[in-house]
Amino acid sequence: MRLGEFLLVAVLALPALGALAVAATPRDRAARAVGTAVAALTLVAAALLFLGDRTWVTHAADAPAVRPWHRLDLPWVPGLDLRLHLGVDGISWPLVVLTALLTLLCCGYTMWKVPDGGSGRALVALLLVVEVGILGTFLALDLVLFFVFFEVVLLPMYAIIAGWGGADRRRAAVKFALYTLFGSVLLLVGVFVVVSAAGTADIVALTGGTGLSRGTQLAAFTLLALAFAVKSPLWPLHSWLPDAHTQAPTVGSVVLAGVLLKMGTYGLIRIAVGVAPEGARWAAPVLGVLAVTAILVGSLVCLAQRELKRLIAYSSVGHMGFVLLGVATLTTTGIQAALIGNVAHGVITGLLFFIAGAVRDRTHTGSLDELSGLRETAPRLAGLLGFAAVASLGLPGLAGFWGEAFAVVAAVEVGGALWTTLGVLAAVGGALTAAYLLRLLRRVTHGRPSAAVGRLTPGLAGVELVAWAPLVLLALAVGLAPTLVLGVAEAPVEALVEVLR
Amino acid sequence: MSVVQSVDNVALLPAYLAAGTAVLVLLADLLVARGRVTLATAAVGAAATALGAVLVGAGGERRTFCVGPDCSYVFGGRAALVAGVVALLTLGVLVLSGPLLRAGQSPTGEYCFLLACSMTGGVVLGAAGDLITLIVALETLTLPLYVLVGLRRGSLASAEAAVTFFVVSVVATTLTLLGAALLYAATGGLHLGRIGAILADRPDLLDLPLTTAAVALVVLGLAFKVAAVPFHAWAPATYDGAPLPVAAYLSTASKLGGVVALLAVVQYALPADVTGPVLALLAVLTMTVGNLVALRQRRTVRLLAWSSVAQAGYILAPLGALALTAGRAADARTAAYAAAVTYAVFFVVLELAAFAAVVALRPAGADGGTVDDLRGAARRHPWRAAALGLALVGLAGLPPGLVGLFAKVTVVRSLLDGGAGWLAVVVALNAVIGLAYYLRLTAALWAAPAGAPAVVAVRARTVGVVLAVTTAAALVLGFAPQLVLDLAAR
Repeated sequence: MRLGEFLLVAVLALPALGALAVAATPRDRAARAVGTAVAALTLVAAALLFLGDRTWVTHAADAPAVRPWHRLDLPWVPGLDLRLHLGVDGISWPLVVLTALLTLLCCGYTMWKVPDGGSGRALVALLLVVEVGILGTFLALDLVLFFVFFEVVLLPMYAIIAGWGGADRRRAAVKFALYTLFGSVLLLVGVFVVVSAAGTADIVALTGGTGLSRGTQLAAFTLLALAFAVKSPLWPLHSWLPDAHTQAPTVGSVVLAGVLLKMGTYGLIRIAVGVAPEGARWAAPVLGVLAVTAILVGSLVCLAQRELKRLIAYSSVGHMGFVLLGVATLTTTGIQAALIGNVAHGVITGLLFFIAGAVRDRTHTGSLDELSGLRETAPRLAGLLGFAAVASLGLPGLAGFWGEAFAVVAAVEVGGALWTTLGVLAAVGGALTAAYLLRLLRRVTHGRPSAAVGRLTPGLAGVELVAWAPLVLLALAVGLAPTLVLGVAEAPVEALVEVLR
Repeated sequence: MSVVQSVDNVALLPAYLAAGTAVLVLLADLLVARGRVTLATAAVGAAATALGAVLVGAGGERRTFCVGPDCSYVFGGRAALVAGVVALLTLGVLVLSGPLLRAGQSPTGEYCFLLACSMTGGVVLGAAGDLITLIVALETLTLPLYVLVGLRRGSLASAEAAVTFFVVSVVATTLTLLGAALLYAATGGLHLGRIGAILADRPDLLDLPLTTAAVALVVLGLAFKVAAVPFHAWAPATYDGAPLPVAAYLSTASKLGGVVALLAVVQYALPADVTGPVLALLAVLTMTVGNLVALRQRRTVRLLAWSSVAQAGYILAPLGALALTAGRAADARTAAYAAAVTYAVFFVVLELAAFAAVVALRPAGADGGTVDDLRGAARRHPWRAAALGLALVGLAGLPPGLVGLFAKVTVVRSLLDGGAGWLAVVVALNAVIGLAYYLRLTAALWAAPAGAPAVVAVRARTVGVVLAVTTAAALVLGFAPQLVLDLAAR
């Protein structure tokens, strides 16, 4: 077995076996430590996937549009066209590393603080199972395997929300489970529409839509896009998200916003657009309009929002709107904007949810009416909140900027009345994003300290600093050097756009 | 023409073993008269039957009782699969019945004898090659169950359930028999293959009202047995009134029997373009009504009963797609039959695990109780509750119940291969409704216990063994579903 194959197996097997080990460790604190160590090893394995030969020959006539750096292809259930076919390339690798990083930070965070509701051991085990599902989704190069991993995430995430969440957690968790399952059963149908028409489930062979009739592609794209629109989520299928985020424990929100939503946008790029490009071209205007509506609706709802976590949750709807707009343009610029927007949103929103969780744990409230003057009593927390909010609103030099700006640029570049209008409206949405995040800062950090805020002490726990520092640094690094993400993604995106033409 | 037929006794070995078990149980009860011995005899007999089915099935297809090319008894790969699964289910149910019988609520000898008789019917059923053998085998499977359902001493619900079940089932059998007679009148054949060939050769026969009526009666009569909507009303009341292990048998072995009978008739005898639309309609109604009503259930066994009604809909769905595949390649049709069998096998494994877990979480000899009775069960019995959770999640078709996921994948795949995309979407949406109530029951297991004092769960190690073995089987099949896919396709 070569190093690359070994690493691909390790990235999935480590958290899977780790979850079992955590569940089997008798003492709660020791179990959490085991989980954190496993998550750290997974991150190392995920980062090492970068090693090896990544040379690309994009202009070779018969080169497939997906050329993974490493791949592993073993039969599993031939009767269902299911192969254990894994691979990593420049589109998936940044997301794989982001997933491993956020899971590590969440596991480390539970070392310090376990939310009320259940044992820390079970929470860490579930986080690791969720990680297996997400990483598997990003690594799968077989449509059926992709679907299986897509489903793996559902119930552990449900359990995290239902077990460790806020007061109204059961309803939110059930809503999350039913919405997500609605998406994934459509994915199941969509996958087999493709597989039974093409006779193979190999994503490498299928990318470019070769051999699929126009009708099949339209049907497949509709089903797949709906499935991923629920997960991303795209307006109007987003209504599970605010409830799930508001009720989930801090670590649940971080994983949910940071990487779970990315399964939808990644699937849209790799599966829906890749496998049914004809369908993608056909549906692109609809997707673009919905994405811009999501941006505007998300921003407007945020402007009227009175709850901290709910506001951040709705801001995700807006930010994912930019990502989907980028995908909908079907251009190199647009898809690259989508990829960097994905990573940036994962980093920044992860940080925002960590901070919101810290504010809530300290003040026992999330209501904007009861929070004010945070900078007076907890200047460091207020400073970090300010940094995260400014990064989220897309200040140039921070990670949020590239995704939003280039999604707008891509839309305008496509040209024509529709796309120009969409670009302009998206830019307006960007301005609204700035407005609601600044409103958030004004309400929470400025003014006289409210009763709830007045009790706070200025210090931050060491674990909090350790958990947040990587996200702060990444937000800066990706903002200053977007090539960190775009460098590896450039070649595969160009190859993908090549087959779209 | 020779009057003496040569009989292939090897092909009949599983049936001999099953029938022999019934006789032995009767003798053991008469001569030794100790409950434990009787139960052990029945269990060993069931295990031997399963082993016999596997050994005979491994050797390739065997036919006997033949008239020319038509055979009444065809023991191939699928027959072996059905016989083996029925025998193992019987074994599991026998062991689960231990606490019930020790509590003295049902007479051990009769109980074991009737279960062994029912097993005999199930073992023969998969191999039936003509309509008479098929109906006799199906009746041998269900007849003992009327008594078993009512065998709980001093329970009015049990007696009511038995009467409901008896009346409905007799009506269903009458319909099927009438249909078979009309089919014989129209075609002059009784062997499934022969009827199929005659109907294919002479399409004009299908225009006769008599043939249409015959086909409809056979299909509808069998639809009663699988509890397909609108012929389902007996199932929830019967399951809930029956002793728990019998309810488990009803929703697994008995349902599997109905499916196998329907499959045999549809696959070999009746034209797919006539039965297809009927079955598609039945499938849609069955899954939708079953799921919607299950949403409102408060009693555990009723919830499982309605869910198993819904599951019957998923099993029927691939058969419903046949109408569209009538003109298609034979392999698409074979795939649809294989999908139905595969789903049925995966389903019975999960259903048995679910019932075993409910038996394990309830006091000895008790009924299923309400969902609230199971609240917080995970705090007292983490492993048993985890097994129930796994089975329920599998029935909902989600990981970690991978076997249920693959069952659903198999059905959706066969529907899309058969060009019935709309039916695949209906199946998919029903899976979402299904999750709502499976999740409610599963979440209750881990919820904070209700105020009522905790009931003491049964303390029988044997029940735990059945639960562990069934759960292990579900896990293994979840990682290697190809084992069943291969057998079902043969």
